[in-house]
This record gives sequence, structure tokens and C-alpha cells, in this order.
Amino acid sequence: MSAHADLDIDHVARLARLALTPEERARFASQLGGVLDHVAQLSEVDVSGIEPTAHAFPVFNVWAEDKPAPGLPVEAALRNAPAQRDHMVVVPKVVE
Amino acid sequence: MNYEAVIGLEVHVQVKTRSKMFSRVPVAFGAPENTLTDPVVLGLPGALPVMNLAALDAVIKAGLMLGCEIAPVCKWDRKNYFYPDSPKNYQISQYDQPLCRGGSVEIELPGPSRNVMGEHRRVPLTRIHLEEDVGKLNHGANESLVDFNRAGTPLMEIVSEPALRSAEEAFAFLTALRAVMVCGGISDCDMEKGQLRCDANISVRPEGSPRLGTKVELKNLNSISFVRDGIAHEIRRQLAVVQSGGVIVQETRDYDGQTGASQSLRTKEQEHDYRYFPDPDLMPVAVDAAWKERIRSQCPELPFERQRRFFSEYGLPYTITSVLVVDRELSEYFEEAARLSADPLAVGNWVVNQFLRELGEGKLSFAELRRRVPPAAAAELVAEIAKGTVLTTAVAGLSAALFQADPPVGVRQAIEKAGLAQRSSGEDLERWCREAIAGNPKALADFKAGRDSAINGFKGPVMRAAKGKADPKAVDEMLRRLLKEAG
Repeated sequence: MSAHADLDIDHVARLARLALTPEERARFASQLGGVLDHVAQLSEVDVSGIEPTAHAFPVFNVWAEDKPAPGLPVEAALRNAPAQRDHMVVVPKVVE
Repeated sequence: MNYEAVIGLEVHVQVKTRSKMFSRVPVAFGAPENTLTDPVVLGLPGALPVMNLAALDAVIKAGLMLGCEIAPVCKWDRKNYFYPDSPKNYQISQYDQPLCRGGSVEIELPGPSRNVMGEHRRVPLTRIHLEEDVGKLNHGANESLVDFNRAGTPLMEIVSEPALRSAEEAFAFLTALRAVMVCGGISDCDMEKGQLRCDANISVRPEGSPRLGTKVELKNLNSISFVRDGIAHEIRRQLAVVQSGGVIVQETRDYDGQTGASQSLRTKEQEHDYRYFPDPDLMPVAVDAAWKERIRSQCPELPFERQRRFFSEYGLPYTITSVLVVDRELSEYFEEAARLSADPLAVGNWVVNQFLRELGEGKLSFAELRRRVPPAAAAELVAEIAKGTVLTTAVAGLSAALFQADPPVGVRQAIEKAGLAQRSSGEDLERWCREAIAGNPKALADFKAGRDSAINGFKGPVMRAAKGKADPKAVDEMLRRLLKEAG
């Protein structure tokens, strides 16, 4: 399948912080293009007269009272961190 | 050519709740690092967010207090971006359906002097929406450390129209907005704790031009003074650029309040880069009339409304009201005392000039004010002074005596205990005065010869006899009466 017309694979890769090789670029452009084409079939459905909605079911106001409950111990919270120090996650230096 | 500045503010205010926006882990400032997280906050697989009703109530309250239209239905969106302070790589926010639209903030511009009320005007708001705060980054030399305690805290974003014209107006806007938030119990707005943060969009244009100039976003304005200084600095910078024929580049700049300088940050990502889409984990919010009425009944009087009422109801001057109304507890305390008093102005003076100083010096809370000097005691105090029971010179001492007594004492007791009661009202004073006159024939002669100031020669001995506890005014009157009799 050829690359989708609306797909700017470089832009998507930049947003995802991915550095793609030329081969990957071609492969992902093709695959993502296929996904877009597949989803595009939805545009063939006649939706005139249907209110846009964020959810399929008319369910609103699912909430909880503001009553605090215990969270995770710090050891558990940091278990997935690739690196940690002083009970914090270590990341490469970011200065905006 | 003359230029004018156009300023819009985006103000982030942490909503005062006990638990987070989408999970029930507690909210707290200053807790040990990463002790306030859970699977929802950290965005762990399978975790599902559940809205905090109190946060919704608070934003509806803010909206009603500021005259916004409350959306009958609104939804949640994901704002996608990568940054280490965002554990999920998206922030739950409200994109095209904010909870509140429109409304305005009444501001007071600086008056001609501190004692004179400035002009009031309304600054229109675009919207208020609810979202979640991000974590905190601590930058080291070679790496950054992430603390997710703040992540997921309910955060309101209040966006003004580009309707401010100067740094002073922006300052007035934030001051007034903060007063409303604190008054409504919506947020404590402690900027040192990051509970109120402000970004400013600033542009300049030829005076009267209907078009907006290219805007520069100023970030990290983390005190209200920095907001004023940062905006003033940015307006000067832009004016210098356009007046020398240059062009303003759209950018984000970081203002350093310590050095008073700003520098350009990375180019702002385009809005569509955030790829907003409805959060599938959260159902929309529908606000009906009953909900709005429930919140409306909890909305307190706005600070400026209260100020106008204090003018008309109690005849207070601007200087006293401007101190009282910024604090709801203090206002309520004043009003309770004023209602029990024949002289609300005197009550206002005591509260603002004496009690606040005592609170400040003793680092005491308002709860302590109520405990040590209940409103009824404040009214009684004013009444005692009006009766002349206390020396007018002893006012500060009496105030201190009331505040320093713990357990608290009554007003009469404080007057007695501090030995401040007027001793000079009875026969003592007359006796001391007669003795003083008899003891200084030279002054008597001088006075009789028409030298009025000679009367001062008697006052020292009287005050010594009274051990300082005589009212100078009463002494003067008594001496004059006796001297007249002596003819």
C-alpha cells in the first residue's frame, strides 16, 4: 500500500520523539497510511442529523466524593523508573 | 508613532481539594518526594480516572462568582505531549468545551495615592476550564529529578481576554482575582507554593489599531510583583524593537524575577501538535439548574461588593475597608463586632490599626483573634473607651494586654490588670492639681500674667503624682478650671 496523502510521517515521528531510519520511515508510512485508510471508511457513513458526541452512551457525571485514600508507597511508585535518586525519577537534564 | 500594549493573562489556580482531580490520593504541599502518587496519577496501564466532585463544585463556584456562563455539558480531552513532568504523556484538560465561559473580574486601578480609591473596571474573561497539574522537575547539573507529588492536583485555568493595557492593570487583575478565589474558599492562591501561576501574552500595536500585534508569551511569573515587573519589561523590550523598525517574533520568553531580564525559550509548539481528543476514560459532565443553585447558595459576597457595603452601612473610610475586605475572615470578624457597637468606625480602626498589628507581631491566626478578643469584646472595648474609662494614651498597651493574656481575659479585666484604668476622674486628680498649683507660685504668677504656656509647669508634678496614669486632656481641663477659680 502506498503512503497516505494526509500523512506527514516525519512530523508524526518528531511528535513521538522517534528517530527513524529511511527503511523504518517507508515501512511505518505504509503501515500508518493503511490504518488511516481503514479508519477513513467511517467517513462513508451518513451522519447528517446525528449530534457529535464524545461517548457512545448517554452517561454523565461519574464522580467520587473528595475523600482521600492512601496511594502507593514511594518504593512501589518508583519501581518502573529506569533510574532513581533521592526518591525521585532521574531523567536526562531538561531545560525548556 | 504612539504604541499601546495589549495583554492577556492565563492564570493557573490550584483548586483546594483534599484529594486529586481524578483519583483519591491526597493533595499536599511539601510531602516527601513521590509519596502522593497512585496508578492513576502515574498513568499505569489499566488505571481509570474518576472525577473529584469537589473540584467541579469549586470551578462552578468560581464561574458563578465571576459571572461566567456555566456549560450545560462539557467533556474531558487529552492534550498530548512529551515532557518528564507529565507521567502519562498527556494531560487531561478541557479543550473545546470548558466548564465556564465569559464572565469578568472587577479590578481596582492604582489611585492617586495609597489612601485614595482608584478607578474600578471590569476585565472580561474568555473561559475557565479544569485540568490536572503536572509534577515538579528539580534540575541538577547533569540530570533532572522528577517528583510526581503535584501531578494530578486539580488545576483551574482562567483565561482573560486580551483586554489589559499595562503592567499595573495586570497586577490589579491578579490581585482582584486572587481575592475572589480566597474569599470563595476555592484556592489559597499561595504563590510560594505554586498555587497561583501566571503566563502573560503581550503584544504592542499602533495606538487605536484594531489588529493585534504579534504576541510574545511570558512564562514563569511566579509572584504578583514579578508579573508586573515582567510585563513592564517585556512592553519596553517590544517598544524598543518596533520603534527602531524591527519586527516582533512570536516566541515564549522566560522572565527571571531576580535579575529582571527575560530570555527566549524553545519555539512554541503549534496548537495542533497537542492532538487533543476526547478522553475515552471519562464521561462528560452535565450541570443542571439544581446543581448551579446549590453552588450559588454557597457563593459569598465578593470583596468589592463588601467594600461598597462597608462604605454605606458603616461609614468606613477607604483606608480601613481596603484592609478589611481583602480578607473574608477579618471582614466577618469586623462586622460581628460592628453590629454590637454604637461606633463601627471605631471598631474598624481598632481592628485595622491595633488588632492586625498584634496578630502580625505575635504571628497569631484569626482563630486566635476570635479566641482572645471575641467580637463582643471588641465592641465592649470601644464602648469602654467612649465612656472614658481608659486613658486615650493607653490604647496600644490595652491592645497588647488583651492579646498577650492567655488564657484570654475580658476587657474590664485587661484594663485592670494592665493598670490602664483612668485614675484621674475622681478626687485624686483635683487634689494633685491643687498641690501642683500650690507648689509652683512662679508658674501661677506667669499664668495669671497671661502666659498660657505656664500651665505646663503644673502638669509634670500632676503626672508624677498620677504615676503616668492621668489623661493629659483631663489634667489640662482640671488645671484650667482650678486656675480660673483661683482667678
